[in-house]
Amino acid sequence: MKKPVLLLLIAATQAFAAAPRELAQAYAAEASRQAPGFKASPQRGAEFYAKRFAVSDKMPACTACHTDSPARPGQHAVTGKAIKPLAPRAEAARFSDPAKVEKWFRRNCTEVLGRECSAAEKADFIAFVSEGL
Amino acid sequence: MRNALLIACAGLALSIPARADRLPVPADAPPSFKAECGSCHLPFPPALLTAPDWKRVMAKLDRHYGDNATLDEKTRREIEDFLLRHAATKSRMAGAGDPPRLTQTAWFRREHRKVPDPLWRDARVKGAANCAACHGRAEQGSFRGRELALPELRKRERD
Repeated sequence: MKKPVLLLLIAATQAFAAAPRELAQAYAAEASRQAPGFKASPQRGAEFYAKRFAVSDKMPACTACHTDSPARPGQHAVTGKAIKPLAPRAEAARFSDPAKVEKWFRRNCTEVLGRECSAAEKADFIAFVSEGL
Repeated sequence: MRNALLIACAGLALSIPARADRLPVPADAPPSFKAECGSCHLPFPPALLTAPDWKRVMAKLDRHYGDNATLDEKTRREIEDFLLRHAATKSRMAGAGDPPRLTQTAWFRREHRKVPDPLWRDARVKGAANCAACHGRAEQGSFRGRELALPELRKRERD
């Protein structure tokens, strides 16, 4: 189930350094296999970004570390370490390394949602942070 | 009398680390050290804990101070080997807690004895593991008193 998206991601990096759009497209393609007609939505991504999942005390939502805006620098809620903005328009290297993107979705979704994120959630999330609303 | 004093001074000098304010990350650090350990916190200098401490930290990455920081075995081993190569040997660098914390060694507590309690909880600091909040050049391995980033600390350092 995870293989197709990984293959797409690898294909995306081989052609050129993956842009956020290619990554979002790979996740959207995976999502549309599960739900035909899926289309990434920055609006849903924004709601997801702001949602309080409240699984973790110190990290109840994405905003706990990344602030209310993905274009602003954040701060790790536990260690206090500075975090660069998530939005590629503010920090060009964001969402350009598929392995890194997968790693942080896995870690942060597990922490904040208590489970891994779906391909649809990832596609929406990237659509929001890279395009804004 | 004078000789005795000199010997006492020499003994004292020897018991202090060569440069307690210089703690650069050793040059043989694998790239994974900064990438994995340095993304949520400062990539801590390995000399801040002893080898048994680092082994306990690296054996429990799934429960890493409240976070799941699991690594693949190759990366885990590579980072552990590096930490063990440069670990402290003195007992004052032994950590407390499980996993052990480098902010609870006798050395760390002594070095930070002048820091008032509320400052550790200050929004700019958040906790003792956030070296760079006060040590402006911590990323470069420099922890000199005159570089303290918070003005209230620089004053205390002088007093």
